[in-house]
Amino acid sequence: MSALSALIRRDIRIALRVGGGALIGVLFFLTVTVLMPFAVGPDLALLSRLGPAILWLGALLASLLTLDRLFTADHEDGSLDLIVMSRTPLELACAAKALAHWLAAGLPLIVATPVLGLLLNLDGTATLAVALTLLAGTPALTFTGMIGAALAVTLHRGGLLLAVLVLPLSIPVLIFGVAASQAAISGPVSFGTPFSILCALSLISLVIGPFAAAASLRHGLD
Amino acid sequence: MRLSGQNLKCVRGGREVFSGLDFSAASGEALAITGPNGSGKTSLLRVIAGLLMPAEGTLALEGGDAELSLPEQAHYLGHRDALKPALSVLENLAFWHEFLGGEPRDTGKCLAAVALDHATHLPAAYLSAGQRRRLSIARLLSVRRPVWLLDEPTSALDTAGQELFVGLMREHLARGGIVVAATHLPLGIEARDLRMGGAG
Amino acid sequence: MTLTDLANPTRFLALTTRILPWLAGATAILLAIGLYQSAMAPDDYQQGATVKIMFIHVPNAWLSMFVWGVMSIAALGTLVWRHPLADVAAKSAAPIGAAFTFLALVTGSLWGRPMWGTYWEWDARLTSVLILFLMYLGLMALWRAVEDPSRAARAAAVLTLVGAINIPIIKFSVDWWNTLHQPASVFRAGGPTLDKAFLWPLLVMAIAFSLLFITLHLAAMRNEILRRRVRSLQMMQASRTAVIGEAKEMGAA
Repeated sequence: MSALSALIRRDIRIALRVGGGALIGVLFFLTVTVLMPFAVGPDLALLSRLGPAILWLGALLASLLTLDRLFTADHEDGSLDLIVMSRTPLELACAAKALAHWLAAGLPLIVATPVLGLLLNLDGTATLAVALTLLAGTPALTFTGMIGAALAVTLHRGGLLLAVLVLPLSIPVLIFGVAASQAAISGPVSFGTPFSILCALSLISLVIGPFAAAASLRHGLD
Repeated sequence: MRLSGQNLKCVRGGREVFSGLDFSAASGEALAITGPNGSGKTSLLRVIAGLLMPAEGTLALEGGDAELSLPEQAHYLGHRDALKPALSVLENLAFWHEFLGGEPRDTGKCLAAVALDHATHLPAAYLSAGQRRRLSIARLLSVRRPVWLLDEPTSALDTAGQELFVGLMREHLARGGIVVAATHLPLGIEARDLRMGGAG
Repeated sequence: MTLTDLANPTRFLALTTRILPWLAGATAILLAIGLYQSAMAPDDYQQGATVKIMFIHVPNAWLSMFVWGVMSIAALGTLVWRHPLADVAAKSAAPIGAAFTFLALVTGSLWGRPMWGTYWEWDARLTSVLILFLMYLGLMALWRAVEDPSRAARAAAVLTLVGAINIPIIKFSVDWWNTLHQPASVFRAGGPTLDKAFLWPLLVMAIAFSLLFITLHLAAMRNEILRRRVRSLQMMQASRTAVIGEAKEMGAA
């Protein structure tokens, strides 16, 4: 256990220090959200209707782009070799890395949501609904995105390839995340139904993600 | 304790790097893997470390901990130092100490053993190549593992650093450890020679 | 005391030690006067007491642009004259500029709240300020992303100058985009036909805030210079360690 907590603490520390990318994700989220009104027009009624979708898309892209370096940084400096060799099961180490990434890069997105909700003319309930669905859904994004991040190590390229690999996998999360937020705002479905499916998706990805990532790392090293 | 490999064959990217390779090293013995560039010294080390799958052959560590696999009982010191420039020298070492499951042990003493105890709180980014190498060597000291797999361990070190490292290897061997080192420089300790390439 | 003297970081530190208390004092006095005058200014016949937000909002909005101007000059200093203090000036101005821009945004949306009924409206001027804020944050992220200051300096300088050229284009585009959808901005209600009762407090506040910027900027530059000294001292310590270590071993041998 202390090995995993050491890994989590190290990754968070690196993310927050100079050169770390934790806050750039939030900045990206902010920028993408601000771009939307320029494309669809500044009509507040329209923006508040599109708001949850815009925020979800922004959070999806932001959490995906920051995932790029999840394993490649450790691969480049040789840390990954030692993590693979260690007595800690690789699946658990992967899960710990993803958790650290979510804490450092995912949580700030949720904290930023109320501010962005203000820009998109969302009222209190709507903002709360979006923040809640992001809280339940972003772990799923991180833990499925991790699979792509592990493949990026194997294939020696990340960036756009990672996005192309992972974006289709995150479609269910997007569907139920936006559906739950819309349900809370205007109905007609109850909030609980899509929200529990969203939570289920997160739980499934918590299991599948680490195994798939560990498998691809094991076979991809050379 | 005895580390041995039999009939090892390694294929990388469709090219056969080596085949039919046998080796063994007992407690207190050092094995120096020598040979020209591209003869597969690093590949052999990575095969022993479990980071590459051998195409054929078997590896065994007799007399080790039966519960643990060979890589779990080995230290690997590769070309890359596994250091994070944003973290301080001590944070880097303390992380590996904790992650690799070392017994409670004074990490400060390990830093002193590689003459880095004055730089404890400086970011690892400020270290020179030789100092970075010393810091990774401190990792070998902070967690006890019977098998040391070393890839060109002395390449970045100055003479003082090399002497210091020879002393540390001697201590490790005297405690019954095993050293397998890929090198093109003399190791500085009595070692059995495993010549790669040429002879096949 | 000439400009070249100022260029020397040590002289700069010595000079600012003497100047800073006076600057801070003058800033405090002017701010007090300006705030008092603002409080005493009459209410607007249309906007009521909310018009007083203007006395904070306008100086902040003005500084949000002015600071980018300062940074652009510093960027030229980095690129053209390769001046050691230029990057220090640019880097330490960025967070202050971002803070002023943020205050302009907050006060702007507070001002707009009674007019619009919401805290945020995609009003042309406010939107331009928001984009400026994002650009400040991006620039700060760039400086943070690279540990070695001299490597970050040139990249940041290029980005600052590109930003300086782009800001008017962005502003024009946003205005055009906005008029497509809705005319009339609350901020134009104040307009150039400002009453004298408003003009004086506004002027005092503008000067007070400019002084505040200069004070904060000089203090931040001192911090940055000292931070870089600490960094180079640490690097010296790192290399000295090896020598001490070797000496120890030589002694033991």
